[in-house]
Amino acid sequence: MAVLVIAEHDNATLSDATAKTLTAALAFGGDVDILVAGQGADDVAAQAATLSGVRKVLHADGAAYDKQLAEAMEALIVPMMDQYDALFAAASTMGKNVAPRIAARLDVMQLSDIIGLEGQDTFVRPIYAGNAIVTVKSSDAKKVVTVRGTAFEATAAGGNAAVETISAPEGPFKAAFVSEDVVESDRPELTAAKTVVSGGRALGSEAEFQRIVVPLADKLGAAIGASRAAVDAGYAPNDYQVGQTGKIVAPELYIAIGISGAIQHLAGMKDSKIIVAINKDEEAPIFQVADYGLVADLFNAVPELTDAL
Amino acid sequence: MKVLVPVKRVIDYNVKVRVKSDQSGVDLANVKMSMNPFDEISVEEAVRMKEAGSVEEIVVVSIGPQQAQETIRTALAMGADRGILVKTDDAVEPLGVAKILAKIVEEEAPGLVILGKQAIDDDCNQTGQMLAALLGWPQGTFASEVKAGDGALQVTREVDGGLQTLALDGPAIVTTDLRLNEPRYASLPNIMKAKKKPIDMKSPEDYGADIAPRLTVVKVTEPPVREAGEKVEDVTTLVEKLKTAGAV
Repeated sequence: MAVLVIAEHDNATLSDATAKTLTAALAFGGDVDILVAGQGADDVAAQAATLSGVRKVLHADGAAYDKQLAEAMEALIVPMMDQYDALFAAASTMGKNVAPRIAARLDVMQLSDIIGLEGQDTFVRPIYAGNAIVTVKSSDAKKVVTVRGTAFEATAAGGNAAVETISAPEGPFKAAFVSEDVVESDRPELTAAKTVVSGGRALGSEAEFQRIVVPLADKLGAAIGASRAAVDAGYAPNDYQVGQTGKIVAPELYIAIGISGAIQHLAGMKDSKIIVAINKDEEAPIFQVADYGLVADLFNAVPELTDAL
Repeated sequence: MKVLVPVKRVIDYNVKVRVKSDQSGVDLANVKMSMNPFDEISVEEAVRMKEAGSVEEIVVVSIGPQQAQETIRTALAMGADRGILVKTDDAVEPLGVAKILAKIVEEEAPGLVILGKQAIDDDCNQTGQMLAALLGWPQGTFASEVKAGDGALQVTREVDGGLQTLALDGPAIVTTDLRLNEPRYASLPNIMKAKKKPIDMKSPEDYGADIAPRLTVVKVTEPPVREAGEKVEDVTTLVEKLKTAGAV
């Protein structure tokens, strides 16, 4: 039994999501290898080799893998799967983009966004925006799995696996990278942050979002999130969106500011350890999941909170 | 260019989902059903491309029960030209759907297939990518902008950390994200017109694809309920509570 885990990285740093995916892969069982596909990602391969329980790290280097586009990743991974019984990837935009292509080529039904597994053929995953949890049994010979990071602890460092360089198809592929608009930030990544401060539609404008939410996040060293309503209204960029169709987070502390708590949003944050809600509508559904609810005008309460901390 | 738009009939997004007491699934009896919201965005995008002159024909396909015909009619009322209903009362998994769609693509030869990034019932987020792999086509998933020009299609994608733009060569797959567009409501005259638009009735057997399910449901349960905590009086109390809990 052998499992291949796709590493999540930006060619410089291995994402915490990989260590969480690895935990799920180790629970599945067998020898676990990590694939680092990238361009000039030697440091990432070295970081992956330090994770506990890894048999070896396979390092594929090439211009086609700079952004880990799905077409190149499919060409690289499908032939490798002769040697593996399962493929595990994070349920990130990379994993969601790549894994189903490989599943289709292997003629297997993917297990998306799992939050648990029992043995090697039974998997637990949320459906209906987290309003129901399904346990399914797969009859496929090989398994292709994406893993919800908030459901698994990160595997610790402490290993010393060998790094093996492998050759990778160079294409050409029918999809080409043109440009990206990635926000450079000193803040922790949203899905890995210990504290998240999120703003909702009640903030009323992008300027108010900046004036109210950002200073509190700065004070706490927190990542910033937003409700779908706030993102749709243009108060915050799309990659801030917390919810079933956005990012799933489970920090130690989640502070929801002016967020009513639509099911869609709750599905993305209800596994947070401590939830604080600040909202002037005492009937808002967010208070049904909040550990500490403050019914107040956020424009007064949040600056006061920022000053008090 | 011809565009193919697959649409799925799902439980309406406003309906509170109830898990059946025998844990066999979710209660769908007498529940309002609608087009998957991401698929509405797909239909809207195709119609806008047609209005802009880069698309000549929009074909809508649904794989599902007889009632999925209503979902196709909704798309026709929004501006699609004709429909194909692949009628089945069995649940078809994304892999099976992708296989049927691959056969339809062979027959219809569209230059673009636009799908919703995920259905809000099973939340799989697989069908578009699987179809792309089966066809050997490039994909632009989670699209927030699609530009059709000469040759390559430019797709801007919502990715972790921001936005990414790709150029896709040749026939391609696009899956839609929330901010691609805001779907229109069909006008009454267009709803009437849609009743006259043709819908081909097919069965999965017509396409000879292996759609046998690979997954069996062991059980469906309610998610664990989170208990509401306490309301605090003021900011000072909140800060005290957070400090006591070791959260700040």
